[in-house]
Amino acid sequence: MKEEVRLMKGNEAIAHAAIRYGADGYFGYPITPQSEVLETLEELMPWETTGMVVLQAESEVAAINMVYGGAASGKAVMTSSSSPGVSLKQEGISYIAAASLPALILNVMRGGPGLGTIQPSQADYFQATKGGGHGDYHLIVLAPSTVQEMVDFVGLGFDLAFKYRNPAMILADGIVGQMMEKVVLPEQRPRRTEEEIRKQCPWAADGRKDGRKRNVITSLELESSRMEVINHELQARYREIEKNETRWEEIDVEGADYLIVAFGSIARICAKAKEMAAEKGIKVGIIRPITLWPFPTEAVNRAAQGKKGILCVELNAGQMIEDVRLAVHDAMPVEHFGRLGGIIPSPDEVVKALEEKLVK
Amino acid sequence: MDINDIIRPENKVYSKPELLDEVHMHYCPGCSHGVIHKLLAEVIAEMGLTDKTVGISPVGCAVFAYNYIDVDWVEAAHGRAPAVATAISRLWPDDVVFTYQGDGDMSAIGTAESIHAANRGENIVMVFVNNAIYGMTGGQMAPTTLVGQKTATTPYGRRIDLNGHPLEITNLMAILDGTCYVTRQSVHTPGNVRKTKAALKKAFENALAKKGTSVVEIVSTCNSGWKMSPEKANEWMVEHMFEKYPLGDLKDVK
Repeated sequence: MKEEVRLMKGNEAIAHAAIRYGADGYFGYPITPQSEVLETLEELMPWETTGMVVLQAESEVAAINMVYGGAASGKAVMTSSSSPGVSLKQEGISYIAAASLPALILNVMRGGPGLGTIQPSQADYFQATKGGGHGDYHLIVLAPSTVQEMVDFVGLGFDLAFKYRNPAMILADGIVGQMMEKVVLPEQRPRRTEEEIRKQCPWAADGRKDGRKRNVITSLELESSRMEVINHELQARYREIEKNETRWEEIDVEGADYLIVAFGSIARICAKAKEMAAEKGIKVGIIRPITLWPFPTEAVNRAAQGKKGILCVELNAGQMIEDVRLAVHDAMPVEHFGRLGGIIPSPDEVVKALEEKLVK
Repeated sequence: MDINDIIRPENKVYSKPELLDEVHMHYCPGCSHGVIHKLLAEVIAEMGLTDKTVGISPVGCAVFAYNYIDVDWVEAAHGRAPAVATAISRLWPDDVVFTYQGDGDMSAIGTAESIHAANRGENIVMVFVNNAIYGMTGGQMAPTTLVGQKTATTPYGRRIDLNGHPLEITNLMAILDGTCYVTRQSVHTPGNVRKTKAALKKAFENALAKKGTSVVEIVSTCNSGWKMSPEKANEWMVEHMFEKYPLGDLKDVK
């Protein structure tokens, strides 16, 4: 398949991107608002073309453990779900991180807590960036704001996951999952051959080929002194990822009086709010974190220099704002504006919040 | 006669399987796991599957199985071994994948994964060690604990009104269309050890032939958890366990 321009939903785009990346397997369980990922894969039948395995599991718990098994054997495997389902996956995600396995997890966030709503939300920021499951670990967390980024982050997520042997998560919201946009689908990449997988993943448990020593994938170590070393190794990797992989987008930060920090599709609403504020003579710059972990701490700090205040706009009650406050050491007012329960703010609501909370 | 006149290659009647490692096992003396590990090591080597076998170890006493049998292993979260095995089996169809699960793993926390992997007819081998107790955590009740059996969490004996009935998960597996071979064995006598080995061999052959899921339950002892000598534990198993969990094939699709 050649590069192709199409109009499609974010969820559908994920399915196409996974096949075209040359992913080996997808394991999922239906949940709104992301069921189109599994539906599209079943419709496209990639097992007939690229050989990609697609399986509807009996639960989110089973699906993430299938991802654990696939990743343990060196394959490029992924799952997708939405907030309540991602909560169910947390145990498995902790195991995948602990065992240093590459895998890709998509969360198309919906409003919580509990069963919540099927409308969009960004309330899983803490869960995605601060651990989510038990133990000290981090996922590489990518936040797409367009359907094109949904596509691009499948490739980026897999590449980073294999580069660092660490699970990556695409933290999308229900808006970017459900909306249709023009998208450029990349050319089909061949799946890796078994020889290529063994070369890339000499640690993988795929049978002791060529009489090599056995590979064991485990997160268990009862000897505390050894377990501490394993933890230090994980932490060293996280510092390396922070150093190399922090990503963000800046819009007119220079010369602005105020800074908006927003991620995902909400950053696009804020871009419109920025234009509307300019008409009122309020100069606003925007920082859009693309990696939520590692968070662009230095970039936010640099952009905040000389600003009169910062507004964090999120579809939650105030989660990313904690990282923004840490980044700027509360050197200026840092305020939050958010809508909850699946409500999406309009650009004029954002302008109003900016005026009431900061400009006054 | 000097002892060195006896220790000669021509007099050798038994040797440790090549895939069984030269390490001390953590299992209690008298535990059935050691014998079952030995049988797996023998079957895998004799069938020439060393370079295509992946084992999935459980949470429970057998969590460290990967330290004892010299094949590739993935250590699964509690109960999730069949899901882990499903993915590896589908992604590496030329490999043979087996799970090694205890009664908690198979019939409590992992019931959904076990039933559904079997129902899909995954081409895997599920080895189910049923000793009617949770050994690793110190002898608590398992779903397979017998009525009246004393454990750390049924100190006065299992009561149906409080704890429900012993779960015959293997019987459930046998009625699923995805399973091709479901059998219940034990390893308490040389004869039974031989039968269990034959059952494991058949299960691995089924996986190679893509016939579906094979379940080999091995009714076992936990003399530490049962607070008995190994000998007494074997007697107790024969007297009490076999009534609820009778040995033999439950299903064998030709």
